[in-house]
Amino acid sequence: MNRQAQAVILLLLGGAILRASLSDLYLRYVKEGLRPFLIGAGIVLVTASIMTLWYDLRQRLDAVTEHDHGHHEPRVGWLLLLPVLGLLLVAPPAMGSFAAGQSGTALRNGQQSDFTPLPAGDPVEVTVLDYASRAVFDDGRSLTGREVTITGFVIPGASGEVYLARMMLACCAADARPIKVGLTGDAPGGLAADTWVRATGRYTLRRANDTVNGETIPFLDVTSWQQVDTPKNTYES
Amino acid sequence: MTAVEQEPAKSPPAPPARRERRLGSVEVLAVLLVALVVFRGPIAALVSDPRWQTWTTVFVSVMVQATPFLVFGVLLSAVIAVFVPRSFWARALPRHPALAVPVASAAGVVLPGCECGSVPIAGSLIRRGVTPAAALAFLLSAPAVNPIVLASTAVAFPKNPEMVVARAGASLVVAMVMGWLWLRLGRPEWIRLPHRPDLDDTSKWRAFWSACRHDVIHAGGFLVLGAMAAATINVVVPGRWLQALADNPWLSVVALGVLAVLLSICSEADAFVAASLSQFSLTARLAFLVVGPMVDLKLMSMQAGVFGRRFAVRFAPTTFVVGVAVAAIVGSVWL
Repeated sequence: MNRQAQAVILLLLGGAILRASLSDLYLRYVKEGLRPFLIGAGIVLVTASIMTLWYDLRQRLDAVTEHDHGHHEPRVGWLLLLPVLGLLLVAPPAMGSFAAGQSGTALRNGQQSDFTPLPAGDPVEVTVLDYASRAVFDDGRSLTGREVTITGFVIPGASGEVYLARMMLACCAADARPIKVGLTGDAPGGLAADTWVRATGRYTLRRANDTVNGETIPFLDVTSWQQVDTPKNTYES
Repeated sequence: MTAVEQEPAKSPPAPPARRERRLGSVEVLAVLLVALVVFRGPIAALVSDPRWQTWTTVFVSVMVQATPFLVFGVLLSAVIAVFVPRSFWARALPRHPALAVPVASAAGVVLPGCECGSVPIAGSLIRRGVTPAAALAFLLSAPAVNPIVLASTAVAFPKNPEMVVARAGASLVVAMVMGWLWLRLGRPEWIRLPHRPDLDDTSKWRAFWSACRHDVIHAGGFLVLGAMAAATINVVVPGRWLQALADNPWLSVVALGVLAVLLSICSEADAFVAASLSQFSLTARLAFLVVGPMVDLKLMSMQAGVFGRRFAVRFAPTTFVVGVAVAAIVGSVWL
């Protein structure tokens, strides 16, 4: 791999990172807060590419003989085409039901001990994590008598039940962990995995244990639901 | 195709003899890119299977996440390699290598990066005459104990602030032990830094950009290898396998150490994953946090690339053993 080829790869990598971070594409893979750093890194990569080509061109014009040109240059750099290909051509979707089914619900004890009352509104919009934490760690005290709406993607259960899940992101999709809530009552049936649903309902005492890690999965007694478009940022944090 | 192959002819005349001998890499690259665009449909169809799709998502996201840190590390390493004079390190670090090790470990505290960036930095430090033991101690401590990592650990374990202290303490101990072990047992010939005549360029800026280009391509290529391995593990190993291991106190410590190696999660995020592994003891999760930033698939791949294979096959397993042992001791005494 000679210098011009390396410059092209740097340009492609920087361009792919810039394209992903200037659109909403990056939200499928990393947290929102990384955006300025991604843009900065993209600019540095493109600059490095331009500087490489510039020095290369000047060297040629000066007719300097190059001894190291093309020799001992890292061949492993070709692999950098793979993330470029992944970002520019494939652009895979955000983590969904397959990954969520493989890991246990990430609801963990001790995140919060006293829960503030739910905000006003009936039904009130809450995150999947908020609903699950209030249901499990507050025994649903702050949920009783209220109607809540949660949004997430569908995971079909093994014996016909339906779960609504949302992935939590700490840093990038490699550490994404699901929060699962079971749906009962007027639950949506027959939907394909990864369909996005907005479900409204009430707290119920029903519980299940995640088959992966044995943690508690709370349920929502659904009164109405509708299919919705995949949100811009599919992750909760 | 012919139009593509003729493209380099636009650039100023190069010695024609070389052009005839073999196909240049720019030509290969151009053909490859055209082929990729043409076969875009079949490639997309190939990854429509959920397994492949998840693999691709994890792979792409590890690369996207790591790129800013890699670029930051490469820039800093190029500054060290080109602009910081050798005499600076002689003055900044204690003359005796055994004393330089703890100083270098502590210096890792101030660098807010993750592990991908610290590999090229450590390579540059050795190149500039820093004793390898100190550079390696820095390599291990910088991603493990920097302020961002410790803050995210505190956020991930709100009920166990002692985890932050245990993580910082255990990681520093491992970094220093590894530095001193290198002084006693390490052989200089194990580290083979690639020959880089371009760093002694008369023009500092030309040398700077040359170092950036080389390091991104080189370390980045090995990062791709590691990210591919991590994505495979992520898709292939289901979470329920872990459940079986969690009940044995000793086995669980080793198991989470191995998991940290395989998952190759960025050190700034691993605390949240450790927190979600709630079926494991705090000691086992400490092992996950201590080993992860120091040994993992993408790091081993990058270390083999930057320091040579003979180095990586000795250094990574030793670090793993020391890391698990120190985490087990600190965990059983403190947590």
